[in-house]
Order: sequence, then structure tokens, then C-alpha cells
Amino acid sequence: MFSETTQPLWALVPSLLAIPLILATARRPNLRETWTLLAALSQCAVVLSMLPWVLEGHVIESTLWSLAPDINLSLRVDPLGFLFALVASTLWIVTSCYSIGYVRGTREKHQTRYFASFACCLTATIGIAFSANLLTFLLFFELLTLTTYPLVIHKETKAALSAGRKYLAYTLPAGLTLFGAICWTATTAGNLDFVAGGFLSTKHGTAETLQLIFLLFMIGVGVKAGVMPLHSWLPSAMAAPTPVSALLHAVAVVKAGAFGVLRVTGYVFGPELLRDIGAWTALAWFAGITLTMASLLAIRQNNLKRRLAYSTIAHLSYTVLGAALLSPWSWTGASLHLVFHATLKITLFFCAGAIYVNTHIENISDMAGIGRRMPVTMAAFAVASLGLVGFPGISGFASKWSLALGSLEAGQGVFLGLLVLSGVLNASYFLPIIHAAFFKTNPAFDRVAEASPWLVAPLVITATISVVWGIAPNLGAHAVDLAMLIATSVTGEHSG
Amino acid sequence: MTEFLQPLVIDRWAYVFTILLLSVGLYGLVMKKNLIKKLIGMNIFQTAVILFFIQQAYKHGGTVPIYDTTVGARPELYVNPLPHGLMLTAIVVSVATTGVALALLVLIHRRYETLNEDELLQKLRES
Amino acid sequence: MTWSQLPILTPVVLLVGATAVLLTGRIRPSLAHRLATATCASCFAIAIALAVQVHHHGPTHYALGGWSPPIGIELVADTLSVYFLLVITGIALLVMVGAAPAVERDTPGRSVEFFAISLIFLLGLSGIVLTGDLFNLYVFLEISSLSAYTLVSSGDERAGVAAFRYLIVGTIGASFYLLGLGFLYSVTGTLNMTDMAMRLDPAAIPVRLAAVMITVGLGLKMAIFPMHRWLPDAYTHASSTATALIAPIMTKVSAYVLIRILFFVFGTSMVSIDLPIAQAIMWLSVAGVLVGSTMAIAQTDLKRMLAYSSVAQVAYIGVGIGLATPLALAGALLHVISHATMKCCLFLVVGAVELQTGNRKLSSLSGIGRKMPWTFAAFTAAAVAMIGLPPTGGFFSKWYLVLGGMATGEWWVVIFVLGASLLTATYFFRLLESIYTRQSSELAPIKEAPLAVALPIVILGLAVILFGLFNSRILDLFLRDAMPPGLVISG
Repeated sequence: MFSETTQPLWALVPSLLAIPLILATARRPNLRETWTLLAALSQCAVVLSMLPWVLEGHVIESTLWSLAPDINLSLRVDPLGFLFALVASTLWIVTSCYSIGYVRGTREKHQTRYFASFACCLTATIGIAFSANLLTFLLFFELLTLTTYPLVIHKETKAALSAGRKYLAYTLPAGLTLFGAICWTATTAGNLDFVAGGFLSTKHGTAETLQLIFLLFMIGVGVKAGVMPLHSWLPSAMAAPTPVSALLHAVAVVKAGAFGVLRVTGYVFGPELLRDIGAWTALAWFAGITLTMASLLAIRQNNLKRRLAYSTIAHLSYTVLGAALLSPWSWTGASLHLVFHATLKITLFFCAGAIYVNTHIENISDMAGIGRRMPVTMAAFAVASLGLVGFPGISGFASKWSLALGSLEAGQGVFLGLLVLSGVLNASYFLPIIHAAFFKTNPAFDRVAEASPWLVAPLVITATISVVWGIAPNLGAHAVDLAMLIATSVTGEHSG
Repeated sequence: MTEFLQPLVIDRWAYVFTILLLSVGLYGLVMKKNLIKKLIGMNIFQTAVILFFIQQAYKHGGTVPIYDTTVGARPELYVNPLPHGLMLTAIVVSVATTGVALALLVLIHRRYETLNEDELLQKLRES
Repeated sequence: MTWSQLPILTPVVLLVGATAVLLTGRIRPSLAHRLATATCASCFAIAIALAVQVHHHGPTHYALGGWSPPIGIELVADTLSVYFLLVITGIALLVMVGAAPAVERDTPGRSVEFFAISLIFLLGLSGIVLTGDLFNLYVFLEISSLSAYTLVSSGDERAGVAAFRYLIVGTIGASFYLLGLGFLYSVTGTLNMTDMAMRLDPAAIPVRLAAVMITVGLGLKMAIFPMHRWLPDAYTHASSTATALIAPIMTKVSAYVLIRILFFVFGTSMVSIDLPIAQAIMWLSVAGVLVGSTMAIAQTDLKRMLAYSSVAQVAYIGVGIGLATPLALAGALLHVISHATMKCCLFLVVGAVELQTGNRKLSSLSGIGRKMPWTFAAFTAAAVAMIGLPPTGGFFSKWYLVLGGMATGEWWVVIFVLGASLLTATYFFRLLESIYTRQSSELAPIKEAPLAVALPIVILGLAVILFGLFNSRILDLFLRDAMPPGLVISG
């Protein structure tokens, strides 16, 4: 029953089972929340149980049934998929605790719909992570769009509904473009299975045809990955409750987009083909422009969540840039940043939510002096910000260092410059918040205290993880080993 | 001129007549404003199609397709009975259609008190 | 053991059922509905039995009256026929089960006649898919059409006008078909489908003329653009049960006739290479997809919106027929069962809403999703399938259509087909937003629909998803064998 081939399927089961259980226990909130927690814990456990196999270099395959002639609904656990699934499932645990504190603290309505949708989203995310071919990927990718929509419009205010419409207006056409690209690939190459190093080659069409297919793919996954100019749904989506923004729009949805970029560049097209048709330069430049412009735009935002949203857009492009540079270290950096940015960003969003629950403040200009009343929260915020800036000792440093090495390895020094510039810009939009929080005073906060343990514990945990990984990046999840495995299988051996 | 017209029109005058009936039917259907006239146009159209089939069945000098001992078992001397049978069915269908159509027209008249298409559209727009 | 009588059993059971319904209705009206449902259930059982038989033993032939073909009329049940038969009888059963309250409300005192005519309607449809004779097909086509006109007129005040327009257009279509048939008969001397396929000379002018006429005639019945104008009025003004019965299956059966005649009688090469019939159907259908979807966005009446959406969805089937490749045709056939399920579900939901709230204005749908959770959960599944999102059947039929289009290099068709999904998404998500989020303006409490009404809706909602996930099974079980000669699905 629990053999190697069925393990990926079991990874999907907990969140899937949770959905009807949550819907059935709508009247008993404590029982309902238990299902979420149980599902999160068991899902993480199943995913973790596959770590030893993946580290050995084993790729676990599991074919479910046939979806179309010659194409199956198949799951596959390779280092990249495993990394993404691990991030999503572990962070679901902390987000669930946080959600419980948040929705009870703000007395949100429609809590059952909220928790059930979350479970759906996690099923879709794990499905994306473990997809073995492009059709399975598309299935779960579109499912993710559908299941995140109820969460985006959760508050049902005008802003939320319009954010939902914008979200769909961006993601649905992207899904169709992806559909077209996948059909085109199926017609030209006859194969849709992911192969490390890519399965398309110049014999599948002219350079122009392949470039067009690549463009369609990038539009398809790039919307979710927030590549400019397809990014503007993300700041609007901040109208959703903070846990939604935290897990989904800092981790699941946007990482699914970045993951899609990695899959397409590394496992469909492959570094050789991308170099041959020259498509990687365009992608690299789009990523480079995105990470600079988004950082600049972040500085101008007064709403904390919107500032974090633009920061997310910028950091996602770090991964996209790493993928585009096609060198072993850049791929290592891209994969590592997938993980490290997730934990760091989620900490920041958790803090933003904790502040909102206790003070109903969303704007940075109103947050002066909050650090003195909510020291733990703001300390975590400080740690995570420094991590994103690239301070040594916190996890973000390792991924940025790899990306820097990767740019040099690829011979593209200009991107190294952009990465450094972005680091400076990161500092310029994070440090003022910390400064204002700790070094200014505001009498209005005299009554404010630290947020409830359900909110504070998760952010402390994720901040601590970031520090631990800053010191020993390979600890626990073997993130570095996995990232190196990914890079080696796609781009080849590292230099030095 | 006659060499061109002869095989096209004169020899096949029956089919030309059928085409004329078809046109009359279509004209009535499309151009007339009264719904009953449209119905009659449709009927004429259907009749034209029925006549088309019957015309195919005819053979020069053929007799009624009932076995006659004086004629014997020579199919070329009997008119083809199959289209006749088919068209009996088609006539039944046509009658049924006309019946349903008339019932619908009664329904429309009862509700809107007019059977003129223009007036009907006017009343529909108002309500 | 093969029962060669199975094909004739379906029409006979329906005929007997209709008569029985009329007779018992005189004595005890309440029995009429139960009898009608029982008849539909037995027909579904027969269809399953026939499907199993055809699967194991190949096509079943039955010669009516013992007169052997090609002179006698024969019924032929092959895989394509039983596929459509299953769809017809399945949908009929699901609609009939919950039909009693709605029919009683929409046609008070006349529900007995309504059920009887519905059974005759199904008789006509099952006869169409089972017959192997071209004139017999005309007869059954008109039987089903006449019943459809009557069912349409059972609706609201404007139903009479809508039914009359439908009648005129439908009869013209059938007459064109008959005219074309006349040409074919004059050239070949036979009316049997298989016999005619052997005797046809694709180059003869009467044959080509006949092909065009038959296509035009069936196009009128199938509501191919620009001959679709009758459809929105007919579906909107008919009673909800009538629409739920007619909309999913009538146009599909016309599509069946088109496939049968174009591909099995005339032959693929004649309609796609010699004459541009397939191309014409393809481009007209693309136009139909765009026009139908665009018009649907502009509607404020839910039924009218779904009617225009039907025009668009049937046009997808037309696109598949027009592309004339194995994958595209597989997509069209898969769309038959997907769309029948989706549309039936959607129209039954409209019926349920009318039952529970008394009207169907879009404004009264605000917030109704929470009050009728099961009904609208199924509605959401059907809506997602209409847009064409995975893992529903609607997605996979588009998948095959797009693959077929790309393989033949028809890029514009692909772009338009995919683009239309966006148009569909616009009006469905707008609807879903209203259903689930706005506050209901209704003061009276709205409850979930009764079990007999809600259960078919939920079954259809589930079916929509299952047909998508397991479409490969449908492909293997039915569609591979249903392909016309010469077209083979690879893989």
C-alpha cells in the first residue's frame, strides 16, 4: 500500500480528504480546524518520507490513469518537485495555525469556505509539484486558479471582488495560452513528459517556431510568477485576508508560477535548446527589469501588504533570472531562493497580519513605534527583512550568493550588477519600516500588546528557521543538496 | 436557341414546374406578412418536394404498379411504386406539421389577436 | 446471446409508454409522471443492454417487418448509434425524474399530455440514431421535431411565437433534406445507408448537389450560424423542463445525422476534399462560437444567456465535424456527451430556481448559492466545464479539438476556439460572483430544491467532472469504434 510508487498519490490524499470533512463540520469550528491541522501535518509527513529516496537520486513515478491517448495522469517526485512540495506542505502547517488565529481574531465570515478552499489549494499545489507531464501540470495549475479565487474574494467587499476579477482576467488568458503552448508541443514533439535537460530540440521546428512556443509558455506561467508586465494582479490581490496573501500569494500561487518557469526552461526546453534559439536572453532581461522595477515600485507603496507584494514580484524574478541564466550555480540559486524566499516572505506577511489584527493598521506611515509594543513580531520582521536584503547569517544570503556566482559563471556580469542594485533597493524599502517601528514613538499604541500566540508562534517559527538556515542552509530539509541535484540534472556540473 | 432550351426546359418541363412551385413556396414564406400565408407558402414548398419525388417515379407508357397478368413481371412497364409510398408518408408528415402549425397559430391569435408579422413584432416589443 | 430485436425495442417501448401515459392520465393523472419515468428508465436499460451487445458482437441489424435490406428498412445499431442512444436516454431519465412539480406548474392540467409528447419526442430521437435507412430517418426526424415544437409551445406567453418560428425553420430544413434525398435516390435507386455509400459516384452533379442540400437542411436543424436565430427564442420561452429535455439532445442528434451522412454515406474525402462542405461547416461554426458567446454576455435573462451559450457550444461540435480529422471528430463526439450533461444540469438548475423562488431574473439569483448549496455546487461544476477548465469534460473536448486543429494547420480556428473560452468565462464568472457573494434581495426564505429535483442535478454535476477525468475510457469504449471508415485515432 505504501510502496514507492504510490507515495506521491498519498501525498495528495490528506488535503483532498480534508475538504469534505471541513464542509461537513461547518457548525463545529474546533473540530473543523482540527481537520485542517491534521491534514497539514500528515501531508507534510508523507512528503518528508520521500526525502531519503530523492536524496539518493531516485525519481519516484506513479501513473494514475490515462487522460488522453498516450498521455497519462502521472505523478513524479524529482528533486525540483520535491523541493516545491516540501515548501508548500511545511508552510501550510504554520499557515493553518496562523489562519485559525487570524480569522478568529478578525471574526471573519465564511470561515468554512475559507478552510475548505485552502485545502483545495494545497491539493492543487502538491499536484503541480508532483506533475510528471505537461497535461497533469496544466490540470493542477488551472485547478489552483479556480480554488484560489474564493480566497481572493473572501471579504466580498468591492475591492475584493474587483481584485478577484482582475485575478481571473490575468490568470485565465494565461491558462489558455499555456493550453495552446502545450497542445503545440504535443503536436510537434509527441511527448509531454518532463525530462531533466529538456526534450525539445531544434529538429522539432524552426528557431522562430520554438521561440514562439517558448513565448506562449512564458506568458502562461509568467502571469502567476509575476513577471512584468503580467504582474499587476498581485498587488490587487492583497485585498484578500493576510494568511491568504501569505501562503498563496507569497508561496503557493506565485511559487507555482516560478516553478512552472523552472519546469519549462529546464525540463521541456533545456539549456542547450534555449541557447541555440537565443530565447534565454529575453527571459533574463524581463526578469532583470522586473526585479529592478518592482523594487523601485515597492519603495513608493505606503500600504504594507502592497509593498510586500511588489517585493514578492521582485524576488520571484530572482528565481526566473536564475532559470534564464542556464548555469549550474544560477539554477542552484534559483531553487534555493524558491525555498528561502518563501519562508522569509511568509514571516513578513504574518507580521503584517498580526499588526492588522491588533491595531487595524495597514499603512506603514501609521506604524511608527509599533516595535515597542509588539517586539517579538517586529523582531521577526527585522530578521526576515534582513534575510531578503541578503544579510549573511540569514537564509537569503545563500541563495543570493549562488545567483551571483551563477551570473558570473554564465558570463553575464550585468545581471550581477542588477542583483546588487536590487539588494540595495530591498534595504531602502525594508529598513525604514524597521526604523520607524522601533525608533519612533506613538502614544496611540499604548494599549496595544503582542498578538495572540496562534499568530505569533508561526512567525517566530519561520523567522527562526530562516536564521537556522542562514547558518546551516543544508540542515533538516537538505535544501542545498536538493538544489545542487536539480542544477546538476538540468545544467550539468558546477564549476568550483 | 431551341437546341439549348429543348433538353433543359422542354423535355424536363415537369421538373421546371417543380422548381417554379419551390420558388412560389419560398416567396410566400419569406415575403408574405400574414402568418397563415407563410404557412401556405411552406406547404407549397413541401408539395413541390413531394411532386419532385413523384416525377421521378414516372415511366413513359408505364401502368399502375399493381401486378397485372396481362402485363406480366416486367418492371419497366410499371411505374416505380417506391417514391409513391415514400411520398404518402411525406404527405402524412406534412399534414401533421400543418396541424401543429395551425394549432400554434390559434394560440398566437388568442394571445395577441393578430396574425400579421409586423403587428406581432410590435406587440412583442411592447410587452 | 444476441437479441436482434433490441434496436426496435426502444421506439416500441416509448410508443407503448406514450399511449399508456395518455390512457392512465384519463383515469389517474398522478400516475402519468411515474409511468413516464418508468418508460425512460426501461429505455435507458435497453440502451445499456444494446451498448453491451454491440461492444461484444459488433453492429446489430434488425430488418423491420422481416423485409431484408436494401429494399426493406433496417435498424442498425453500431457504436456511434449506441453512444448517442445512451446520451439521449440518460438525459431523458434524469430530466423526467424530477419533472413533476415543474410541469404541473408550467402546464397546469395538461401535464399528462406533456409527458406523452415528451415520450414521442424521445421516440423520434432514438429512431433517428438507430435507423439505417435515409427516408426512415426523415420520418423520425419530423416526429421528433413536431414533438419539439409542441413542447416548446408549452412555455410562457411568447412560447407560441417562438414555437411557430421554430416550426417554419425546422420544416424548411427537413424539406431541404428531403429534396437532397430525392436527388440521391434518383441517382442510386436505394435509400439504405450502407447500400448508398457503395453506389454513390462522388463526381456526379446530382450527388454533389444533394450533399449541399442535405448539409443546409441539417444545418438549419442544428442551428449552425447563420441559421441559429430560432434557437434563443425557442429555448428561452419554452418551459424549463421542455428546455432541459430539448436543449441537451435535439441539436446533438442533428449533429449525429450530419456525421452519419457526411462521413458514412458520402465519405470523408468527398466532403472535405472534393467539395468544401467540411470547410464551410468549420468556418460557419467558428463564427457561431464567437457570435453565440458574445451574445450570451449581453443577456440579462438567465435562460436566454444559456440558449446563446448553447449556440456556441453546438458550434464547437460543428468545428470538430468541419476539421474532419480523427482527433477533431473525437473532440466533437466527446463534446456531445459533455455538453449534453452540462446544459441539462444548467437548465435543470434554472428549473429548480424557478420552483424555489418563482422567477428567473438574474437579479433574484443574488446570494442564492448559499441557500441552495447542492444545486449550485453542481451549477458551478457545470459552469467550470462550459468554460473549459480542467479536469472537466469541457476541457478535454477542447483539448482534442485544438490538437486536431493544430495537426491540420488551422491556426485561426485554434485561436478562436480558445478565445471563445474567455468570452464564456466572462458571463459565467459574472454569474457565479452574483450567486455566491451578493446579498439576496428576496425576503422569503429560499430552501434547497426537493430531492427528486436536486438529485439529477447533482448527478449531472458529478458526471461533468467524471467524464473529463475518465474521458480516455469513453474514447476507448465508444469513440474509437464510432469513427467513420478511414479515420483512426492513434495512440
